[in-house]
Amino acid sequence: MKRLHYMLTRIAQGLLALVLIATVNFLLVRAAPGDPVAVLAGEAGASDPQFVAQLRAQFGLDQPLSTQLGRYLGHVLQGDLGFSYRQQQSVLDLILERLPATLLLTGSAFALSLLFGVGLGALAARRAGSWVDSGITVVALVFYATPLYWLAMMAVLVFTVQLDWLPGFGHMTVGADLHGLARVADTARHLVMPALTLALFYMAVYARMTRASMREVAQMDFVKTARAKGVAPGRIQRMHVLRNALLPVVTLAGIQAGSMIGGAVLTETVFAWPGIGRLMFDALLQRDYNLLLGCFLVTAGMAVLFNLLTDLVYTLVDPRIEL
Amino acid sequence: MGTIASSPMSAPPASPSSGFWRRFRRNRGAVAGLVVLAAVALLVALGPLLAGNDPWDMVQQPFLAPFQEPGFPMGTDTMGRDIYAGVVHGARVSLLIGVVSTVVSLLIGVGIGAVAGYFGGWVDATLMRFTELFQAVPSFALAIVLVAIFQPSVGSIVTAIALVSWPPVARLVRGEFMTLRQRDFVAAAQLAGLSTPRIIVGQILPNAASPIVVMASLMVATAILLESSLSFLGLGDPNQMSWGYMVGTARTVLRQAWWMAVFPGLAIVLTVLALNLVGEGLNDGLNARAEGRTR
Repeated sequence: MKRLHYMLTRIAQGLLALVLIATVNFLLVRAAPGDPVAVLAGEAGASDPQFVAQLRAQFGLDQPLSTQLGRYLGHVLQGDLGFSYRQQQSVLDLILERLPATLLLTGSAFALSLLFGVGLGALAARRAGSWVDSGITVVALVFYATPLYWLAMMAVLVFTVQLDWLPGFGHMTVGADLHGLARVADTARHLVMPALTLALFYMAVYARMTRASMREVAQMDFVKTARAKGVAPGRIQRMHVLRNALLPVVTLAGIQAGSMIGGAVLTETVFAWPGIGRLMFDALLQRDYNLLLGCFLVTAGMAVLFNLLTDLVYTLVDPRIEL
Repeated sequence: MGTIASSPMSAPPASPSSGFWRRFRRNRGAVAGLVVLAAVALLVALGPLLAGNDPWDMVQQPFLAPFQEPGFPMGTDTMGRDIYAGVVHGARVSLLIGVVSTVVSLLIGVGIGAVAGYFGGWVDATLMRFTELFQAVPSFALAIVLVAIFQPSVGSIVTAIALVSWPPVARLVRGEFMTLRQRDFVAAAQLAGLSTPRIIVGQILPNAASPIVVMASLMVATAILLESSLSFLGLGDPNQMSWGYMVGTARTVLRQAWWMAVFPGLAIVLTVLALNLVGEGLNDGLNARAEGRTR
């Protein structure tokens, strides 16, 4: 009963967050430079006055702000994010078209960063003080300080321009017209560098956190007990320390997943990966504010959704969580 | 900064800060970070002396490789501008935006966190819900949208970075205030008739300063990364030469001119790395309780 109540509260909070984000979005459209009509039309002043007047009536801009907000929220609820006049397509269609690429990229990067981050962090904690530990700590520090986009460009320089091992542009070979397995393999080859460069920063975060968390858990009494009764050291690390140390790491990862979608703007820009991030960059270049805000709304919505899912899965997995 | 230059061999004076320097110095990475930061500060101070007044000047033919012409150790860009001059002048905007936006987000975060932690109850619940809402939004995406809508300038960039960076500060300060609030010195101050604002600012805040200082140094690093990422996407202040902007212009000509991307990028990595190392050193230095524990 308590659990159900908690879940319902969390879902309500998530919905409230989405409504607030949509409201902020609405206000930002109004705050954008120039006439809101021009913003919505994606034009800067030079449009036909008749067209502008028609749009003004169409968007109800002669009505009070609160009515406009209500209308806007209603539209968003129905999945209507407006129209991109630059691309002559509805914003939602444009985003949906790009969604799979972004999910593929961020999903793989998320899995890679968690896998290698926890692995390296655990290794460093187990060999604390050794050169392995120092090496991992230094590597994590450097990746933590490296801008995503620069790392991506350096990877292109080395692996595409110099060595010619991996493609550094797009998500499939242009004009190759591949099918079946060959197509999957081709996409995978294109995915390697974007996913790895996006993952390395977060890998550094998780490695540092896992190491710190494991060293903290290792001081606890139940670990001493396990050691005293003669459990093998490797088994203590895996079954006792790592398991308990993972909790804060996974919490952080749930929050980071949202920020990863934001970070994908940079990766997708460098690699011309056709996802929402690249769409956002194009919208920036073309001053297509309506499309830009649509991308932001969807990105934020995905982040909220992901946080919610992590929380809910969590309460099921770990019964100790305070409800 | 003069104190660290004094010889580490001399006996430490018996002041409270001597413990701090002793612990800070023991962290070799932190000392190296401090040296790099001093060098960057020197670049900011002596920029025009080292590399002329205007990094936007077209001084040579475009696409010169490093050392292809004497006097251009880092080559030139697509418009014949000196990369070295850009790197030197770019330090200014990075540090400026990094420090100012951190100060602004500290003001917001400390304010909200202090009030929430001191008063507790529904005030705390409301403010923390608000903070969580902010944290749920992907910060980089929000920063992009804010700067794009309000037009890129130093002011809008600082505002955007501050607006997306304050929630962790608020949570940290709230935690500190919740514990410190229970201490006897707070009760004593209340009995002595001090007003609530004076207790918060004058009594509790100084006691919570150490973790805030450590967090601030890490926030400057994050802010520099954020600023460079915004500039990379073309959202930098159009009047300021910045490292992120330089890497951004190199994106489309990466095959022809690797040096355009490599040098400004290295400057970012070094500066951010140095700040993170100094942050760890500050943590060692200010956190006397951690003494004796192996790192």
